[in-house]
Amino acid sequence: MTILSLKLPTLLTLKARLEQAAAFLYRHRDRVRGFLLGTRSHYGLIFTVVVYALLVAIGFVYLYPLLFMLVTSLKSPTDLLNPMVQWVPTELYFGNYVRAFRVLDYPRTLLNSVIVSTVPSVIQVIACSIVAYGLARYSFPGKRLLFVLILATFIIPPQNTVIPQMLTYRRLGLLGRIWSLVLPALGGQGFRSAIFILIFYQTFLALPKVLEEAARLDGASDLRVFLQIAVPAALPAYIVSIIFSIVWYWNETYLTVIFLEGGIQTLPMQLSKFVQAYQNLYPPGTVNIFDRLNEAIKLAGTFLNILPLLVMYFVLQRWFVESVERTGIAGE
Amino acid sequence: MKAKASARPRFSLRYRTRQALQGYGFVALWIVGFVLFTLTPLVETFRYSLNKVIVSATGIEQTFIAWQNYTHALFTDPTFVELLIEYAVETVVSVPIILIFSMIIALFLNLKLPFRGLFRTVFFLPVVITSGPVIRELVSQGATSVPQVASSPVVLSFLEQLPRVLRGPVEYLLTSFILILWFSGVQILIYLASLQKIDRSIYEAAAIDGASAWEAFWKITLPSLSTANVVVAIYTVITLSHFSENKIVRYIYAQTYDIKGGIGYASAMSFLYFATLALILLLIYVVLRPRGGRTG
Repeated sequence: MTILSLKLPTLLTLKARLEQAAAFLYRHRDRVRGFLLGTRSHYGLIFTVVVYALLVAIGFVYLYPLLFMLVTSLKSPTDLLNPMVQWVPTELYFGNYVRAFRVLDYPRTLLNSVIVSTVPSVIQVIACSIVAYGLARYSFPGKRLLFVLILATFIIPPQNTVIPQMLTYRRLGLLGRIWSLVLPALGGQGFRSAIFILIFYQTFLALPKVLEEAARLDGASDLRVFLQIAVPAALPAYIVSIIFSIVWYWNETYLTVIFLEGGIQTLPMQLSKFVQAYQNLYPPGTVNIFDRLNEAIKLAGTFLNILPLLVMYFVLQRWFVESVERTGIAGE
Repeated sequence: MKAKASARPRFSLRYRTRQALQGYGFVALWIVGFVLFTLTPLVETFRYSLNKVIVSATGIEQTFIAWQNYTHALFTDPTFVELLIEYAVETVVSVPIILIFSMIIALFLNLKLPFRGLFRTVFFLPVVITSGPVIRELVSQGATSVPQVASSPVVLSFLEQLPRVLRGPVEYLLTSFILILWFSGVQILIYLASLQKIDRSIYEAAAIDGASAWEAFWKITLPSLSTANVVVAIYTVITLSHFSENKIVRYIYAQTYDIKGGIGYASAMSFLYFATLALILLLIYVVLRPRGGRTG
């Protein structure tokens, strides 16, 4: 429409302008090609746009479950029933969170989860670092076998060892108590201990030996060399390992359910019993339709479950994302 | 140290013994832990698997029945074998997808682009929040399939055309696509770390010799990642296999407390599961093992 209303002279000037521009581009065709396709020193525009488009698209797909969870958990019961409401709720409704908070018994289970994930993690990391130091700094017969066994502890499925452990703990009265997680961690058999041993092994190998040998010449014992020279130098590896260990212990539910059930109740454990716990608090039949359990309440519970981890992740992101380069987990 | 050893053999012997003893001192903790918390329970579980085990208030009663638990699992229980095959197929399908996906993302994130830190944060996020109950909730709400793809009529009719063997894996891909991608966080980091270890000067030399970026990728980047491939593949298989929402893990867990099954039967299934897992790892190692004269 607009083109038709343009006067003829304007069209002619437009054509001239376009020709001028084409000629300009033609004269500088090498630079244009460089700009679009990239040169040795920088990426081209087309390439950059394609990469960003892909990253944004994949990033969206990646975050889709989280966005879905967040949006759905904020929907009121009427919004849930309304097929028109897909992504934008008509109002911000926090009722689901209030209920999920009560059903999860949030303050208590949160505290339990923090304890259950922090204490074994710290112990596991300390134990693993000691073992790794022995492997990295000393040569002794059977070292290769030890490495094979460490790898084996990584591969053996927990199902193959969990039942006798559980029965033993029951006999000793440790079932349902944190000891059932702490003891294996202390012996370097905690959740994914093998990974941490390998991380520390790489870290200690990369540290210069000179300082330790100097200290030894000055008469320091091996234990003292480890504690006063190796440990401080490997501090980043400790921080990264403890963070990862906490996350993995937090999210681990197979072992925690078997070892802690009936005793300590963690947040993920409570989440897996959400329906039952909800019906204890709000018995079906006695409550009105707005209190009935729906997916929004469940997803609010799920979100409350991952919220502490999300906060931790965004506060400590640098340690998470740069961790692998720092610790050389990739191995050689 | 070697030179010293050849010069003064007697000192070297003492030094070596001392070294070994100190070394054992450091790893002793692990050895004790291994015997108590891995080896003993493993042997015990194997013994259970050869028995009919009944747990009562007073103790554990065991009746020796040799390999009956195993034959029952393999030849009588239809669910177990079906789940075992499903697990093997799903794992073998997921591993290449995760490998390729995380490698591509790592290659992108290795470029010197603005905001790559932000994207790294996004791609690593699932590692932090992936736990059994969370995944179960998300799957049950249908949040893990690619939006509007798995349920579209075109896809459904396409699925009906497929032979039965292919249909399962394809369906699994469509319904749990995001889930598969969610297991790529650590893998992306491993690839990134390996990419950053490649010496820049190799690329420069190749460029001077007239290699294009495409050729450089196939001739330099990919061979340099061969060690990382093995690490990533093994890590992936283990993560998928130990995941508490894994159907076969849940089945074994359920059988443990089942009256008909019981601990003995669950133990036998655990060992069969372990054997399958070991086979898959072996297969992956044979396929991906670094070849040629280059050592990583």
